Amino acid sequence: MSLCALVALLAGSAQAERVVAGLSQEAIAITTNFAGSEILIYGAVQRAAPPPGSAPLEVIVTVQGPSQPVTIRRKERRFGIWVNADASLIDAAPSFYAVSTTAPLAQALSQTEDLRHRITLDQAIRAVGTGRVDQPLFNAALIRIRSQDGAYQLNEGAVRFREDTLFDTAIRLPANLTEGDYLTRIILTRGGAVVDLHEQIIPVRKVGLERWIYTLAHERPLIYGILSLVIAIAAGWMASAVFRYIRS
Amino acid sequence: MQIYLPIAEVSVNAFLLLGLGGIVGVLSGMFGVGGGFLMTPLLFFIGIPPAVAVATEANQIVASSFSGVLAHLKRKTVDLRMGTVLLLGGLIGAAVGVQIFAALTAIGQVDLLVKLCYVVFLGIIGGLMFFESLRAIRRARRPAGSVPLPRRHRGWIHALPLKMRFRTSGLYISVIPPLVVGVFVGVLAAIMGVGGGFIMVPAMIYLLGMPTKVVVGTSLFQIIFVTGFATLMHATTTYTVDMVLAVLLLVGGVIGAQIGAAIGVKLKAEQLRILLSIMVLMVCGKLALDLLLTPDELYVIVFDGAGH
Repeated sequence: MSLCALVALLAGSAQAERVVAGLSQEAIAITTNFAGSEILIYGAVQRAAPPPGSAPLEVIVTVQGPSQPVTIRRKERRFGIWVNADASLIDAAPSFYAVSTTAPLAQALSQTEDLRHRITLDQAIRAVGTGRVDQPLFNAALIRIRSQDGAYQLNEGAVRFREDTLFDTAIRLPANLTEGDYLTRIILTRGGAVVDLHEQIIPVRKVGLERWIYTLAHERPLIYGILSLVIAIAAGWMASAVFRYIRS
Repeated sequence: MQIYLPIAEVSVNAFLLLGLGGIVGVLSGMFGVGGGFLMTPLLFFIGIPPAVAVATEANQIVASSFSGVLAHLKRKTVDLRMGTVLLLGGLIGAAVGVQIFAALTAIGQVDLLVKLCYVVFLGIIGGLMFFESLRAIRRARRPAGSVPLPRRHRGWIHALPLKMRFRTSGLYISVIPPLVVGVFVGVLAAIMGVGGGFIMVPAMIYLLGMPTKVVVGTSLFQIIFVTGFATLMHATTTYTVDMVLAVLLLVGGVIGAQIGAAIGVKLKAEQLRILLSIMVLMVCGKLALDLLLTPDELYVIVFDGAGH
């Protein structure tokens, strides 16, 4: 990671245009009443010399949640009923992925730069060695389903330049957020080529009661199970006692 | 009011869950079914991961059944002796069922089998109960004394050894039939992930000949233990019991169960049975349609990482 940052820094200083950026939140805490969150990302372009060339400056912002393996099944009609037939195991797919840009993505980023920096969603989903000819269909289905949930977002034109060199954008995090480190990247491009890149990690953690329950469930499962039963029995008894009191 | 569920890792409306728990609780108290066969699909529908829904549902059923049993105990409509015999069979059956479930998971297609199980059993039981209670209601409407009700004696069941007196049910029968019923329900309960009340209740009425009023409390009594066992199994093996979700569902559930039990005593036995059968047939129809109609989305994300 430090090497990456160093390389980015060196590349930035060599190209005379650098991005300086900040986030509205350093970390996200998942509390009991967590109902999604919004992070504001803002930044400025630093120039050592007048802007080179005529190609416009573009900004791409990506936020990526922790990756997990995912199995996707396709239903097929067999003997008149719909059953799960073919399956594809995708090695790693981000639980959350948002891309916001100042211009249409095809215009802001060339394909070779996308391959190198893995910026678009297609690059973030790793599905190698599944051995399926129709793998793209499965990938498309994953993107389609998760886009409906708001877990995958492509917001072209959502990053706005305030001044010549100041920009900002807001990214909506859905309520069903997975714990983990969220990687935020702010990428500066000119003529489809990456000029500079700024990275920052936003830790997303459960806190308070959420944290306590989650830890207990995973580290003391038997106690957790018994506690669940005790709560259930107590609630059942209490309701019965209350109703008996009301009736008498 | 949105609440974030720590195990399910989704945010849901707390009042929606309270309401769902309440409705299913009323049904549970009225009919002596745990309500799992209704609640589990509803939880899928509002976006709870299936593994969490099944495990947490078991925990919630413990609460609503316990609340219901207390109400029935007070009215002395629980046959504890019969319940214990059924439970004994049920635990044996559940242990066998877990093995079958594991074997099916290894082959794949376990969810299809579970759905088919639901459709077949709900269809048969719902259909049989519906027509039987319809006949019973027609009989009751006829002028008194026209056709004397023939008391059905099941010859072969009475010929079995190991007879036992079940005073609350007014039965003197062999322990073998209730034990077999218990085992069978236990197997199905483990495979289908439910308490098994919707199979147990008709089995007790039609196979064992128990009076309907006693059946509900007795069914609830044995469901407590079967689902309690399932909760512990899920909590220790798959870590999918969500305490927050369970509490929200069971607060609604236990209150509903008390109301349901009160409604249940006011209704006639035939009416109670015909309502339950209609409900069972509706769920069966819904599940059958899901299998037959072309789904909107052909692809499903099976393992979403939430199961850990």
